[in-house]
Amino acid sequence: MSTEGVNTNRRRFLIAATAAVGAVGAGFTAVPFVVSMQPSAKAQAAGAPVEVDISKLEPGQKMTVEWRGKPVWVVYRTEQQLKDLPSLDSDLRDPNSEVAQQPEYAKNAVRSIKEQYMVLVGICTHLGCSPTYVLAGAPNQPTADWKGGFFCPCHGSRFDMAGRVSQGVPAPTNLVVPPHHYLSDTRILVGVDQGAA
Amino acid sequence: MNLLVALRDWVDARIPMTNTWNDHLAQYYAPKNFNVWYYFGSLAILMFVIQILTGIFLTMNYKPDAQLAFASVEYIMRDVEWGWLIRYLHSTGASFFFIVVYLHMFRGLLYGSYKKPRELLWVIGMLLYLALMAEAFMGYLLPWGQMSFWGAQVIISLFGAIPFVGEDLALWVRGDFVIADATLNRFFAFHVILIPFILAGLVFVHIIALHEVGSNNPDGIEIKKGPKGNRWRDDKPADGIPFHPYYTVKDIMGVSFFLILFCAVVFFYPEMSGWFLEKDNFIPADPLKTPEHIVPLWYFTPFYAILRAVPDKFLGVVAMGGAIVVLFLLPWLDRSPVKSIRYKGIMFKLAIAIFSVSFVALGWLGTQPATPMLTNFARLFSVLYFAFFLLMPIYSLMDKTKPEPERVNYKAH
Repeated sequence: MSTEGVNTNRRRFLIAATAAVGAVGAGFTAVPFVVSMQPSAKAQAAGAPVEVDISKLEPGQKMTVEWRGKPVWVVYRTEQQLKDLPSLDSDLRDPNSEVAQQPEYAKNAVRSIKEQYMVLVGICTHLGCSPTYVLAGAPNQPTADWKGGFFCPCHGSRFDMAGRVSQGVPAPTNLVVPPHHYLSDTRILVGVDQGAA
Repeated sequence: MNLLVALRDWVDARIPMTNTWNDHLAQYYAPKNFNVWYYFGSLAILMFVIQILTGIFLTMNYKPDAQLAFASVEYIMRDVEWGWLIRYLHSTGASFFFIVVYLHMFRGLLYGSYKKPRELLWVIGMLLYLALMAEAFMGYLLPWGQMSFWGAQVIISLFGAIPFVGEDLALWVRGDFVIADATLNRFFAFHVILIPFILAGLVFVHIIALHEVGSNNPDGIEIKKGPKGNRWRDDKPADGIPFHPYYTVKDIMGVSFFLILFCAVVFFYPEMSGWFLEKDNFIPADPLKTPEHIVPLWYFTPFYAILRAVPDKFLGVVAMGGAIVVLFLLPWLDRSPVKSIRYKGIMFKLAIAIFSVSFVALGWLGTQPATPMLTNFARLFSVLYFAFFLLMPIYSLMDKTKPEPERVNYKAH
């Protein structure tokens, strides 16, 4: 085929321009498909707050409710468990809750609004298993001087009674404290901050 | 008869039917010294076909819905005529697929089948292995048992370890804030449409690449570089024999033996004491309660053990990913002048032995609870696993190799 009189520069420009327009078009076409995989409006709406009745909770007990498909724990901490908390600080990654894993009002020494009631999302910050509540002195306690807390069976992460993570375990951060507030002395609303609802 | 010949010629004038048959079967010359290790390529294709066929029939009764999935699998097992057989063929098939693929890969390792000019062949094979892992992982969510749910939860959370975009990526993959109906539904779509298409495409490219460069053999020498002229063609390698009928017949014999073994497991031992179907997966998924001891199926446990051996979330994921990435790099890590283990020296042989032990040990450790002592063992074997690859450029050069023969070793039976 003769290439005489052919403007190769123009041809190259046209090919490049066509390819570029095609690529942009393909990119825009991909958007609806990629975005369709985001949580749907229904999935987002399902995050409605959950009311928890804690009147039957005894000291040392834990109850579990479901919020956004995740387990949320409410633990009634004993005097002894609260007293043990400060003594664990040196063994923890983030004893003062510097990482924002809790709302402002739970950023304190016990990571809760009311001292005795601990509200936590029961999902390990490592790879999403649900840790087990292990009391001090239980036969399955993970360490010899265990003061009570949560132990993840999947990869061995340990958390204390305030959901604070130990050093030397795979989980990087403390357990999450969900937004919550007290409707009355015995009722907690999990999912919204005070005044937000 | 003339009519059949005429029909063949009519087709050949329109699509290259006879040519394709000849190029890839009747006149594809493979080395004549294949041994038992060379069964696993065709067996992998057999497993692919079995999985596709049984999978099609499973989808006729399975319901990809978080409310219905678990019960629909039990329905297949109890109420659908022969449903138990189709389901056990599929679930046992998954494990056998991996057994066959691991042996196929180990063959490549033994005889240097990844070395020049087969680097791309190896890389395509590794892509196949990756796609197979994705296929197995997504398929495992479908029965919606406790292990399905929490296994998927852990593996998708791995994405969350990627800095900055990780959490959003995990959310996008799940399609919900936790593993939910949306996740099950999309995994079903990927498992039955997307990944099987990718697998089929890659198998095709894998075979085309193989037939372009020609098969390696246990001696690791190129028959194309040897003398020409065999019983059938003057211009083809002297050490080559036509794939069909020689190796098709050999492979049929392999298939027969393999199916005896496969059926024995399907009929008498389909759960393999929890190794092929985990006990906890007979409990419906419960998003509020993690089983005491969660483990992936055996074919993932070596990598799972490496993940758990690292006491840091991000670095653990990096180590696990790295364990798969190094496999891709194998063709460029091996600097040995010879391909086959037969002519490699003591260092390489020792290295392969240590690697094999490490891989199996990691596989076992990945199924055990992470006690401090076992974690230390997992760390030791993880180091050995990586040492095999990362030190290979050094020891494969230092190694004292034996001279390769001019012609393949072959004794007529």
